[in-house]
Amino acid sequence: MELWQEVTVAAFLVVAGIFGFVGSFGLIKLPDPMTRLHAPTKATTLGVGGVLIASMLYFLFAQGQFSFHELMITLFLFLTAPITAHFIAKANLHTNVNRDRVSATGTDRPWAGFESDEARRLHEEQGASGK
Amino acid sequence: MIARFLPHPLLTLLLVAVWQMLVNYVSLGTIVFGLILGIVIPLITAPYWPDRPRLKNPMMIIEFILVVLWDIVVANVVVAKTILFTSNTNMRPTWVTIPLDLHSPEAITVLAGTITMTPGTVSSDIAADGRSLLVHCLNAADPDAVRDEIKQRYERRLKEIFE
Repeated sequence: MELWQEVTVAAFLVVAGIFGFVGSFGLIKLPDPMTRLHAPTKATTLGVGGVLIASMLYFLFAQGQFSFHELMITLFLFLTAPITAHFIAKANLHTNVNRDRVSATGTDRPWAGFESDEARRLHEEQGASGK
Repeated sequence: MIARFLPHPLLTLLLVAVWQMLVNYVSLGTIVFGLILGIVIPLITAPYWPDRPRLKNPMMIIEFILVVLWDIVVANVVVAKTILFTSNTNMRPTWVTIPLDLHSPEAITVLAGTITMTPGTVSSDIAADGRSLLVHCLNAADPDAVRDEIKQRYERRLKEIFE
């Protein structure tokens, strides 16, 4: 590898490290579960993204072949990370958050996590008879 | 006949391509095994997707991905600054309601995932009738601006792709 190639790979690793660090720091610094949830979504995007780009460039420069594994890791991360975040957010909504503090839906039904089972059954029966 | 054997041709192609990328080289053996996976997996999972999503405007997907990637980079820097330089007392976390124009469940799923992956916003819940999304913002001085940006940048493009 030539010098400029090594510098490029190293630069991506350093940038990724900085964002990974800021994400972890946010996890400690931020005050409540909902704001803390924002930290891991950052670490997976630019932090992991930078490491993956560095890895792709390294294999391209050092071995002259294009590596697809990093693209796959990106794809799987983008599929799984929002689902995990959604689970955590919903669990937190159920246990810790007062439903009056959440903004209104703007529709005639409440948020799915706050609707009681009876209300849901009633709506489904009305929908079935309406059709 | 062919529809029964290949219920979802695009999924078959995608699975073959993903398998090639996972083994990281292309040979006859990997293509044959990829094809076996690409035929068997859609057949087995067919009961789980009664209405398959229809793509109206596939070229828009490329534009959408580029816009989202760019937004992720920009928003990462903004949120990193917020974490490092804004004190917790000055932070204004808010809940924002996003009324949805999208109807297909796949499009809403992609929108919710995009909102979570762009730093600063996490989608947390959906209205029981599926007509609006609940989004949590890390630091939003103007919740209406956040709502308008999401609708303008992501939902409009998703509507062109899916509906």
